[in-house]
Amino acid sequence: MKTIVEPYHGDRPPILKSGALNWMKNNLFSPWYNAVLTVVTAALVYILVTPLWRWAVTDACFGTTPDVCKGSHGACWAFIQDMWPVFMVGTYPSDQRWRVALAAGMVLLLIIATLFRALRKKRLLHLLWILSPAVIFILVRGGETFHLQYVPSTQWGGLMLTVFLSLVSMIFAFPLSVLLALGRQSDMPVIRSVSVAYIELVRGVPLISILFMASVVLPLFFPPEMEFSKIMRAMVGITLFFAAYLAENIRGGLQGLARGQYEAADALGLGYWKKMGFIILPQALRIVLPPMVNNFIGILKDTSLVGIIGLIDLLQVAFAATSNPKWLGKIEEAYLFVALFYWIMCYSLSKFSRILEERYQL
Amino acid sequence: MEHNIDNKPVMIEMNQVNKWYDDYHALDNINLKVRKGERMVICGPSGSGKSTLIRTINRLEEHQYGQIIVEGVEMTPDVKKIHEIRKEVGMVFQQFNLFPHLTVLNNITLSPVWERNIPKKEAEQTALELLERVGILEQANKYPGQLSGGQQQRVAIARALAMKPKIMLFDEPTSALDPEMIKEVLDVMRELAIGGMTMMVVTHEMVFAREVADTMVFMDAGKIVEKSTPKEFFSNPKEERTRQFLNQILNN
Ligand SMILES: Nc1ncnc2c1ncn2[C@@H]1O[C@H](COP(=O)(O)OP(=O)(O)OP(=O)(O)O)[C@@H](O)[C@H]1O
Ligand SMILES: [Mg+2]
Repeated sequence: MKTIVEPYHGDRPPILKSGALNWMKNNLFSPWYNAVLTVVTAALVYILVTPLWRWAVTDACFGTTPDVCKGSHGACWAFIQDMWPVFMVGTYPSDQRWRVALAAGMVLLLIIATLFRALRKKRLLHLLWILSPAVIFILVRGGETFHLQYVPSTQWGGLMLTVFLSLVSMIFAFPLSVLLALGRQSDMPVIRSVSVAYIELVRGVPLISILFMASVVLPLFFPPEMEFSKIMRAMVGITLFFAAYLAENIRGGLQGLARGQYEAADALGLGYWKKMGFIILPQALRIVLPPMVNNFIGILKDTSLVGIIGLIDLLQVAFAATSNPKWLGKIEEAYLFVALFYWIMCYSLSKFSRILEERYQL
Repeated sequence: MEHNIDNKPVMIEMNQVNKWYDDYHALDNINLKVRKGERMVICGPSGSGKSTLIRTINRLEEHQYGQIIVEGVEMTPDVKKIHEIRKEVGMVFQQFNLFPHLTVLNNITLSPVWERNIPKKEAEQTALELLERVGILEQANKYPGQLSGGQQQRVAIARALAMKPKIMLFDEPTSALDPEMIKEVLDVMRELAIGGMTMMVVTHEMVFAREVADTMVFMDAGKIVEKSTPKEFFSNPKEERTRQFLNQILNN
C-alpha cells in the first residue's frame, strides 16, 4: 500500500505531537511489555516507600527537645534540629561557630561567582580562590595574631573535618599522582623503579593500615619538637594512599594516547616537560576524567575511616551525638542525616565532572 | 625542475648506519649524503625500511651502529644535541599527528613560542602567513578535527615550517588522503621545493617524484638498492629489483 506524501515546505522541522500524556503513552505504556514493567515498578516503589514515608514524614516529630518524641513511632527530627550544628563542626566551641559559617559562606560566594561565565576569566577571582585556603585556615584556627580565639585542631570535627580531609587530600594527591604516572613511564630506570615500587606497595595495603602507619610511624621521621596533629597525619596518609590509585588511572590515559602525539611533539623539538605539559597531559587527563572523579568520590567516602585514629569526622559525629544522654539511640535519624550529606557531596562531584567532560570533549 | 646541487654543502650524512628492531635488521649499512637544497625521494616496497631511515635522522628511532651527521652535528644519545637537531629538522607524518586539543593557530605557534622564544604576537603573524601560503588562512581558529584530511596535512606542514627548519622530512604525506586531496598537499610540497628547501620525501607518488626529485633512492630489505637521478631511475633502472618495483607501481 502506498500513501502519497506531500513535499514539505516549512523552514523548520515539523512539530511532532507532544505533551505529557503523549510522552507517557510513547515511553511508559507501549509496547505492552513496557506497560507491564511500568506497573510492576510503580507497585514496588509504592510498597517500599510507603513505610519510609510514614516513618520520616507522617509520624515524625519536630521540635528541639526530646519530650516531643516520647511515645512516637516516627522519626525524631527534633534530634537533628537540636544537634545539627554539632554534625557540621563537631566539638568546635559553640560561641565560635560563626567563624566556620563565615568561611563556608565565603566559599559558597566564590563558587557562585565562578558559575558566571563573565566573571570566570577575572584575575581577581583567581586570586581570591588562591587565597581562600589560607583565609579559611586562619579563620577556623584563629590565634593571638588575628585577634581570634585559638581553636586547636583537636576540636575540629563533623562535616567540616570531612570536607577538609577530602579537599586537602585531593589537592595534594593529584600532582603527586601525575608525577608518579610520569615516573612510571620514564626512560630513567631509577625513577621508574621507585615509582613502580611505590605504587605497587601502597596499592597492596588497605587504607586503614596506612592511616595507622601515618599516625604511629610518621612522627618517628621528624624531630620531636615538630608537632604533627592527628589531622595532618590523616591527610598525609590519605594523600599518599590515593596518589597511587590516581597514578594508575593517569597512566591509563598516557597509554591511551596515540604514539603519533608523542612523536609529533618530539619532532617539533619540544623538551620533556613542555611535551608533557602542553601536549600529553592535557589530552591524557581528559581521557581519564571519569575514572579520576570516581577516585575523588572514593577519597571523600573513605575519609570516614579516620574515626579509627580518633578523629571525629561526619560519621563519628553521628555516633557521638547519639550517645549523648539527651538523645540516646537516635541512630536511624543520625545515619540518614549523615548519608544525605555524603550523597550531596558525591553527587555534586559527579555532576561537576559531567560538566567538565562536556566542556572539554576531544 | 633541474637544478645543480653538486657543490652545495652536505646537510645530512649517513655512514654505515645500521638499525635492528630486536633481531630484525631494519637498516643495513646505509650510506647517504643529502646536500643543501637537494630533493631526495625514497621509495620501495612496504617494510623495506623507508620510514625507519628518515626517522633515524631526527632520532624518533635510534640507530645502533654507524654515524649520522645533521648540519655538522653528530647524532649521539646526548639529549641536548638531539634537541638541537630536532629544531632544525621538520617532519610531516602520514597520519598528520596534529594536536587535537589545540586550535590550528596554537598547533603552529606552540613550538616557536616555547622552544624558540619568539614573542606570541610575532609567532602568530608568522603562523598566519604560513597558513596563507598553504591556502587555508580561514581555518586558523578551528580545531584539527573540524578540517578535512588534506587541510590537516597542510596545517601539519605549516606547523613544521614555523620552526624555520633547514631540512624537511616527509613520511608518505599523502598516503592517508583521498585522491582529490592529494593534489593540494603535493602542490604545497612543490612550492616548498621551488623555494629551495632541503627535502627527504618517502612517497609512492611517482609523477611528483619524476618532476621534483634531484635524487631517487630505492630501498629493499633495509638496504639502499639503487640511487640515481630520476631520469635514469625511471627510464633505465640498473637493478632487476628496481625494475620489478617500478613495473608494479607504474602499472597500477
Ligand atoms: N617499532 C618497531 N618494532 C619492531 N619492528 C618494527 C618497528 N617499526 C618497524 N618495524 C619493522 O621494520 C621494518 C621496516 O619498517 P618501516 O616502517 O621502516 O617500513 P616502510 O618501508 O616505511 O614500510 P611502509 O611502506 O609500509 O611504511 C618492517 O619490517 C617493520 O615490520
Ligand atoms: Mg613507512
